[in-house]
Amino acid sequence: MADQSTNSVAFVRTEEVPASPPPANAAGPVKWMRENLFSTPVNTVLTIVAAYVIFKIITGAFPWFANGIWNSQSLAECREILQGTTGGCFSVLSERWNQLLFGFKYPPELYWRPTLAFVIFLLAAAPVLFFKLPRKLLIVTALFPFIAYWLIWGGSILTPLLALAGVAGGYVVYSRFVTNNFAMGFFGGIIAAFLIWTIGGSILPDGTITDGPMQSVPSRDLGGFMLNLMLGVTCVSLSLPIGIALALGRQSSMPFIKYVCVIFIEFIRGVPLITLLFVASVMLAYFFPPEATVDLFLRVVIMITLFSSAYIAEVIRGGLAALPKGQYEAADSLGLDYAQAMRLIILPQALKISIPGIVNVAVGLFKDTTLVSVISMFDLVGMIRGPILASTEWNGVYWELWLAASVLFFIVCYGISQYSQWLERQLATGHR
Amino acid sequence: MKKSVFLGALTVAGLAAGAAAAGTLDDVKARGKLNCGVTTGLVGFAAPDANGEWNGFDVSVCRAVAAAVLGDSSAVEFVPTTGKTRFTALASGEIDMLARNTTWTFSRDVDLKFTFVGVNYYDGQGFMAPKDLGVSSAKDLDGATVCIQTGTTTELNLADFFRSNNISYEPVPIETNAEAQQQYLAGACDVFTTDASGLAATRATFEDPSAHVLLPEIVSKEPLGPLVRHGDNEWGDIVRWTLNALITAEELGVTSANIKEASMEAGNNPEINRLLGTEGTLGEMLGLDAQWAKRAIEAGGNYGEIFEKNIGENTPIGLARGLNAQWTDGGLIYSPPFR
Repeated sequence: MADQSTNSVAFVRTEEVPASPPPANAAGPVKWMRENLFSTPVNTVLTIVAAYVIFKIITGAFPWFANGIWNSQSLAECREILQGTTGGCFSVLSERWNQLLFGFKYPPELYWRPTLAFVIFLLAAAPVLFFKLPRKLLIVTALFPFIAYWLIWGGSILTPLLALAGVAGGYVVYSRFVTNNFAMGFFGGIIAAFLIWTIGGSILPDGTITDGPMQSVPSRDLGGFMLNLMLGVTCVSLSLPIGIALALGRQSSMPFIKYVCVIFIEFIRGVPLITLLFVASVMLAYFFPPEATVDLFLRVVIMITLFSSAYIAEVIRGGLAALPKGQYEAADSLGLDYAQAMRLIILPQALKISIPGIVNVAVGLFKDTTLVSVISMFDLVGMIRGPILASTEWNGVYWELWLAASVLFFIVCYGISQYSQWLERQLATGHR
Repeated sequence: MKKSVFLGALTVAGLAAGAAAAGTLDDVKARGKLNCGVTTGLVGFAAPDANGEWNGFDVSVCRAVAAAVLGDSSAVEFVPTTGKTRFTALASGEIDMLARNTTWTFSRDVDLKFTFVGVNYYDGQGFMAPKDLGVSSAKDLDGATVCIQTGTTTELNLADFFRSNNISYEPVPIETNAEAQQQYLAGACDVFTTDASGLAATRATFEDPSAHVLLPEIVSKEPLGPLVRHGDNEWGDIVRWTLNALITAEELGVTSANIKEASMEAGNNPEINRLLGTEGTLGEMLGLDAQWAKRAIEAGGNYGEIFEKNIGENTPIGLARGLNAQWTDGGLIYSPPFR
């Protein structure tokens, strides 16, 4: 066989034919549509029906948005401007946005305070959520509860400072003893903190300030989406550690601890949240004398925290159960005690498995905070159902308000969900 | 059974709380603020405006009491209550009085241990239907679907009315008034029933109110009024006579415009003199000063002025006085004499 390049024949091609573009119906959008939308007669029909529905929805809703009125003073005025054409009265949002976000009693000149607290919250949450950020930011996180309390409720700075001192004192005691004995450090720390709070509380003057930029705002003046965010953030962050403790307690070999945890979890999970909220708002009012009632916000936080911690405990128990027994034995064989084994080996793995479940509980809990509207707290839903729809100007505006509420909730919940998926990808260490 | 146990528990707790807080007047004075329970929002009766200021027909009663007792109509802490929390809030002492369009019924008065101090609005359950339905009377509603709020007395009244007239209906149970409006407009039910004042307020918000008619039948008595706990009659008297002062002021022609003049010195009408404290010692008997009623009337005007300003015919709600006219004008509003 002779070499082709030297011994060429006229009818034999020497170079490859350049690839011609694929036929128009086998490439690009056409191909994609053929494969995905019109592959079978059934799919074709479904596609056409779906396209028609989407078209109808868009053409139906578009004028409502496009003709929306943003600058009228009342529903009647808005309808007058619209003259019977389709259009939303979004002016309820532009007129009452502050009530939707902050409630109707928070002093308007102080709106900067919760706003600033929210900005600091983003800063404080960042190092917890994204562990590649510098660890020094955690100082902001540690100080955030005290700053936020001071900013939102106002009053004397001494109150949050005392709370901070208590926590700091407790931590010092804890770190002093924890090297010897975890339990001793833990309970010693709690006792120290309570001592500082009780003694300091009796010395400190009443921290109420009646005017000025840091004037006190009582809890019942809080409202709007701010209240939902506050309840959501506080209760999720409190219920995580409690949930972990409950999950571990449920697995404990000590019968007393085990049964306390089991009874607590099963009781709370067997009761609807709204019942617990009624207990918080109605029944507790009977148990305390009228003057000495615990703040309603605090009562609600306690109830929601108890509720969600029971759920989180069950989620984490699922994570603990999913770990192979060898992990526990490995920890034992290294000579680690219970606290060390849990902190260093078991919980990091169990919590990673539990992330989707925890996020699920967190999202559900955040949306459940709207239930406080039935005990006459004016969260976002309470504001819409009560004051705004009951005002003579805006009685009868529904779609615009509820759409705004769902947008706000969607942004937060979708954000949480996206974050958890990112976190799972980050933590995927290749066990599957 | 369950309900009676709950009510029983409520009563015991209410009694205990009532006994503990015997000196409500002193408590209010010491606090410098009146804790007044109102609704979380009902058009015309109580709602905060864009500035967070509470306004409305029921709110005016709270303000009048605060003005009478504390001399300042803004010294009120409005405690919003829902239909479910209102009675416990009052029984537990969280609020000093409740002015929340609450119907005066036997069981609330006797079994729940409350004292209704009077009636500030005579309401009744009515029906609203689209004009196209072509009905002119509720008795034509045989077989109609009816939107109705669950868990209220309206549900029972409706059943009674249809049964006694021997006609059938299909209830569409609905949780809130707002939802009921939407369902009714969407055509989920032929008729919408609730208190007549609520129907009028709802109809006023429709894009085309003239396409809906209120049927003439009123199927229940709903006397709405402020209430206080059992066990403190002095405090009950103060709230009762503050309300009566507003009503009497209208009857005698004392308005926020002429009250300043009328209270300067004793005039020709002895009852006005006693009311405004230029004669007699009525205030002292109540444990207040002589000017108490004057301040109460100044806070928002007399009963008629309060009515016109909040729910009257010139407001979007547009309620006629009807049963709520003075007895001299053929209505039911009647105050015992000040003497």
